[in-house]
Amino acid sequence: MISGIYYPDSGEILVNGEEVSITSPKDAFNYRIGMIHQHFKLVDVFTATENIILGLKDGPEGYDVKKAAQKIREISEQYGFDIDPDKKIYEMSVSEKQTVEIIKVLYRGADILMLDEPTAVLTPQETRKLFAVLRRMKQDGKAVVIITHKLHEVLDISDKVAVLRKGEYIGTVNTAGTNETQLTEMMVGQKVVLNIDRTEPVNPEPRLIVAHLNCMNREGIKVLDDVTFTANSGEILGIAGIAGSGQRELLETIAGLQPMVTGGVQYIVPETGEIEFLRDKTPLQIRELGIRLSFVPEDRLGMGLVATMGTTDNMLLRSYKKGKGLFLNKKEPKELAEKIIKELQVVTPGVNTPVRRLSGGNVQKVLVGREIAAAPRVLMAAYPVRGLDINSSYTIYNLLNKQKEMGVAVIFVGEDLDVLLELCDRIMVIGSGTVTGVVDARTATKEEIGLLMTKEVRTDEQ
Amino acid sequence: MIMFIQRAIIQGIPLLFGATGEILTEKSGHLNLGIPGIMYTGAIGGVIGAFLYENAVGPENINPALAIIIPLLCSIVLSLFMGLIYCFLTVTLRANQNVTGLALTTFGVGIGNFFGGSLIKLSGADVPSINLTATSNYFKAKLPFASSLGAVGEIVFSYSFLAYAAIIIALVAAFVLKKTRTGLHLRAVGENPATADAAGINVGKYKYCATCIGSVIAGLGGLFYIMDYAYGVWSNNGFGDRGWLAVALVIFSMWKPDISIIGSFIFGALLIVQNYIPNLSMSAQELIKMLPYVVTIVVLVIVSMRNKKENQPPASLGLPYFREDR
Repeated sequence: MISGIYYPDSGEILVNGEEVSITSPKDAFNYRIGMIHQHFKLVDVFTATENIILGLKDGPEGYDVKKAAQKIREISEQYGFDIDPDKKIYEMSVSEKQTVEIIKVLYRGADILMLDEPTAVLTPQETRKLFAVLRRMKQDGKAVVIITHKLHEVLDISDKVAVLRKGEYIGTVNTAGTNETQLTEMMVGQKVVLNIDRTEPVNPEPRLIVAHLNCMNREGIKVLDDVTFTANSGEILGIAGIAGSGQRELLETIAGLQPMVTGGVQYIVPETGEIEFLRDKTPLQIRELGIRLSFVPEDRLGMGLVATMGTTDNMLLRSYKKGKGLFLNKKEPKELAEKIIKELQVVTPGVNTPVRRLSGGNVQKVLVGREIAAAPRVLMAAYPVRGLDINSSYTIYNLLNKQKEMGVAVIFVGEDLDVLLELCDRIMVIGSGTVTGVVDARTATKEEIGLLMTKEVRTDEQ
Repeated sequence: MIMFIQRAIIQGIPLLFGATGEILTEKSGHLNLGIPGIMYTGAIGGVIGAFLYENAVGPENINPALAIIIPLLCSIVLSLFMGLIYCFLTVTLRANQNVTGLALTTFGVGIGNFFGGSLIKLSGADVPSINLTATSNYFKAKLPFASSLGAVGEIVFSYSFLAYAAIIIALVAAFVLKKTRTGLHLRAVGENPATADAAGINVGKYKYCATCIGSVIAGLGGLFYIMDYAYGVWSNNGFGDRGWLAVALVIFSMWKPDISIIGSFIFGALLIVQNYIPNLSMSAQELIKMLPYVVTIVVLVIVSMRNKKENQPPASLGLPYFREDR
């Protein structure tokens, strides 16, 4: 909002004591505010210099890339950056790209810098380098706002900490007078009792064994680092972690949608006790074993359902291979759709109404209903209640619990710690792609999990 | 041989216009498949202007300046109009670019044939074509010293002003794209509109300007074809598939207007080479006519295999830009 991408509904922004209205990124530049986004806004085929001067007006000397490159070198020297202005962005590492973003802001003469999770993509060495640069900016009289979830970084670099929880301002403390425990408490807040019915697991036995899993994302950054865990039948395994710590990749890897770099996933067939290795299987074969990836919320309609098709047709997506002959068998999917609509109380005008027109909760129900109808052995659900109202949420919780009672191994990725603590049997905590701990949900506290979530496994202590 | 080179270049010039226009458009991230239709409307625009002017004053008292300016303006207005339709649909309404472009091609050819047919009827000619030789002669006016310079003069200086305009426009386009801030911003819009937007560049404005200017340039290709190549003789569907060749030329020249100058001459040569090889059968002639497309595919394969990012199409070519999608 401060950088001008969103506009406030109410309230005011003061810059140097004056109230200002920022309606576009350009306004923010004018007030000398620069934002460094988590996702870089750079043009791949341009050089660093071209990206930095993008959007600026020509100076009196006209369009002069060489002069701009010279100025960039000066800025780099002043703050200790290490960058080649003529290098193309697509040849750069992530940290170099970030450097370009920071220089872009400095080049425009920003006095207020905001960095959104700048260390998420950096190695510890690169992080130290960045912090050195930030300290130099501080000495230079610039205001630096750094958004991060890693508490040790907060304590390391900042002077003051403002804690936000779910968009709500909790409080500001001086870094010198605080510690990790106090900050964690502020971050996770008081425990809320939810009254989700939780039954004891019935004779749990290992169903899915994930061993030493490593995984890269599309940009070649390691997102999963040596993840090892076991999911038992008749049990809900919660996965807690700050958004983007590798949860999505983990589920997609198990479902066969992402390649594993090393490591493996074993699935133990319940009737025979045979071990199947998922590594060599296609997503379809994995599905046929009864391992179901239920939904990935960032893309509720994209990955799970076809938005413009009705409920029946979306059911058909999972069963069309069963049909014999040339024509689709619509009868069974239609019955299933009607059953789901009735049992889960989906509010829809009819089985043929495009799911796009349903509300989020109802879409969610259709999706989870379809996956459950296939009688899965392993059910993976990522943020299934995100954006849902209380009643729909409880419907989903009850569905998951019912599956658990039927002996399904449920993996539940959630963001609300209260829900995780009351719904799950065990909670695995992921931080930056590594498993930082597994706790018993019946005895663990929010603070405990909060600390695990922000814990960084430091690979190179110096 | 001199004759062959001359004809090849004249064949290539309409393609060069079309390709330069299309490159500008594509650099803004818009794949305008309406180029054949726009070139066709550019041609008929010129024909309409010239026809009305010739008929108004009679072929004997034609003013040379007006004979050029009127068809030129008519051609520009019509192709600009086509460009605006395309922009409104794809930039403002974010319609699918391929569908819009193809529709525009059909539309443009329809307009051309409709007005072409009407004018043929008006002129009362007994052959289905319009003869604008008088106007064409002014368009074809050559540099006076061309013939006195021997072979060099014939190859380099023997063309009409529009041919030189094509080359100059291509060079200017190359310069603007590579060496100016406007070009930098335009390329940014085509590569990554979200980034350009965040940098404070007016994405819609750049898309509109690039596409409309591109359409006008492409339309001039049609005008050149009719007034110079075809000696001012319009017949329906005479333009052939030159529009598609222009689109192919864009790929051949790897989105670089300066390379497209050479490319257009090569394409022009490939188009007419069958007339200069004696004793060819009909089927062999048709095979040779395919050569420009074959060459384009070969270039595409080579460029894709080398996988050099600079030679790839603009990254967001063909994708509509929604500001909300961050």
